[in-house]
Amino acid sequence: MGLRMGKSETTSHHFGGWGDKAAARTAFSVSTICILIMGFILYFLVKESLPVLKATTLSELLFGMDWYPQETPPALGMFPLIASSLAVTFLSSAIGLPVSIVIAVFTAEIAPRRLRSLVKPLLELLGFLPSIVFGFLGMVVVAPWLQARFNLLTGLNMANASALLGMMMVPIVGSLADEALCAVPRELRDASYALGATRWETIRRVVLPSALPGVLSASLLGVMRATGETMVMLMAAGGAAVIPQSLFDPVRPLTSTIAAEMGETPVGSEHYHALFFAGLILLLITLAINLLSAKIEAKGLKTKGGNL
Amino acid sequence: MLKKMGKILVATMILGLGIAGAACAAEIVVNGSTTVLPFAQIAVERFAAAHPDVKISISGGGTGNGIKGLIDKTTHIANASREIKSSEIEQAKANGVTPFETAVALDCIVPLVHPSNPVKNLTFAQLKKIYTGEISNWKDVGGENAPIAVVGRDSSSGTYGTWQELVVEKGDKEKKSRVTPKAQVTASSGAMLTTVANNKYAIGYDGIGYVDKTVKAVSVEGVEASIATAKNNTYPMSRKLYMYTNGKPAGEVKAFIDYVLSADGQKIVTDTGFINIK
Repeated sequence: MGLRMGKSETTSHHFGGWGDKAAARTAFSVSTICILIMGFILYFLVKESLPVLKATTLSELLFGMDWYPQETPPALGMFPLIASSLAVTFLSSAIGLPVSIVIAVFTAEIAPRRLRSLVKPLLELLGFLPSIVFGFLGMVVVAPWLQARFNLLTGLNMANASALLGMMMVPIVGSLADEALCAVPRELRDASYALGATRWETIRRVVLPSALPGVLSASLLGVMRATGETMVMLMAAGGAAVIPQSLFDPVRPLTSTIAAEMGETPVGSEHYHALFFAGLILLLITLAINLLSAKIEAKGLKTKGGNL
Repeated sequence: MLKKMGKILVATMILGLGIAGAACAAEIVVNGSTTVLPFAQIAVERFAAAHPDVKISISGGGTGNGIKGLIDKTTHIANASREIKSSEIEQAKANGVTPFETAVALDCIVPLVHPSNPVKNLTFAQLKKIYTGEISNWKDVGGENAPIAVVGRDSSSGTYGTWQELVVEKGDKEKKSRVTPKAQVTASSGAMLTTVANNKYAIGYDGIGYVDKTVKAVSVEGVEASIATAKNNTYPMSRKLYMYTNGKPAGEVKAFIDYVLSADGQKIVTDTGFINIK
């Protein structure tokens, strides 16, 4: 008893030590700086985007169909751009997320240890490829092939950009989801097998639901990566400012619009402010995805609790 | 008291010297066409580096704004992508300004198609209809029965502006025509070239400096684009780019315009995708 008391005293002494205090203060100031920088970016974005409302109305901006910002007066309808952004995000997630999760299940649950130690670094290596490499691939390899194969008007289209984005998602989402699956305690699997469940039943009913929050936040990272990706969109999406009617229509998301036009637009013009507004919309879209996933995660946890 | 007056005297003298000094350093204000801006800006930067005594500034407010500045004497050199209008000359004369024209470069835009495309020539009317979306099949302009993939540039580019003016809005009075929203957008002259080179249905355009063997240049109204046809003014989509000054250029202004017309200056012109005039 006396010994334990003494031990706890030493631990408490270590806890309040000089090193701990310094570390705590450093962490606190670094995170404060991060929050301040975030706040500053947000402030700047709002400040630079709001003047566009002097030139046009909010509903015209959000639901207008014509994007001809160089005209006088400029036509600043962003609906086709927003629709393109959402469509590409959705399509690339539909391609990338299932593949990532299947790969994660394979590396974490099925693959023998030696294969896993080969596949996982390879996967992570893929994640280091710069997006311009993917964009270039889409432009000079995928686009001509797509066009010849399906006899399309252009190979630079939504399907091309979404497939590339889906591929870019796989390393990030796959690797993070793999770690989430590995973190599920071994006892849960053993208990499941002891109850006579097959491997597939164990993965589907026990491992995946337990790892759900981790898998979800991994997927979320992938989806936001797709929403914010610029280079691939600029190079492979085609860039027509129309609402896509088919998978093979060229699209023009908000990101590539900002990248293509910001460089040469006069600072302080309506076009300039409209491009900042596009950035604000992007921020709101990612925020919405974030909130949605938090909600799904909370719901998932609840149903999981009910099942167990 | 005397001491105080002395101080004031010294201060006044220093101030006077300062003003005189500022007056000695020559100042050149350049304004006008955004088309001219790419090479004019580089020329200004290099000129300023070589002449630290000259204060030179450049902005691109558009040809009209540049000439307006020349007329009200706030601009020394007005860059223009068109000839000065007679109404502008009258206004200038009324203000005691005599606009003097110096052509500094040629701008020449070429329609491009995929090398496998049999179409060799297009008229202005056909180009306009293709870009506004009225014609959407190559068979309507003498090609194969295949859809046309219209490729354009981002709306902030100077090439876009020239194409808009020379092709899309050609013959328009009040209502200006728009490029079809289905047109694909490329963010640079290089991207335009790659896009057209990789799509057998595509039509695009680029400054003549960028055109190479990966694409096929289409002649316009029967005239093939070349440096020669641009220089003798037979190619209809070439135009001269000008710098206007008040009277014959003199002093520092002359030094700058001479620099633009020099071998070094004309090299900047060709490097930025325009055609040298000298």
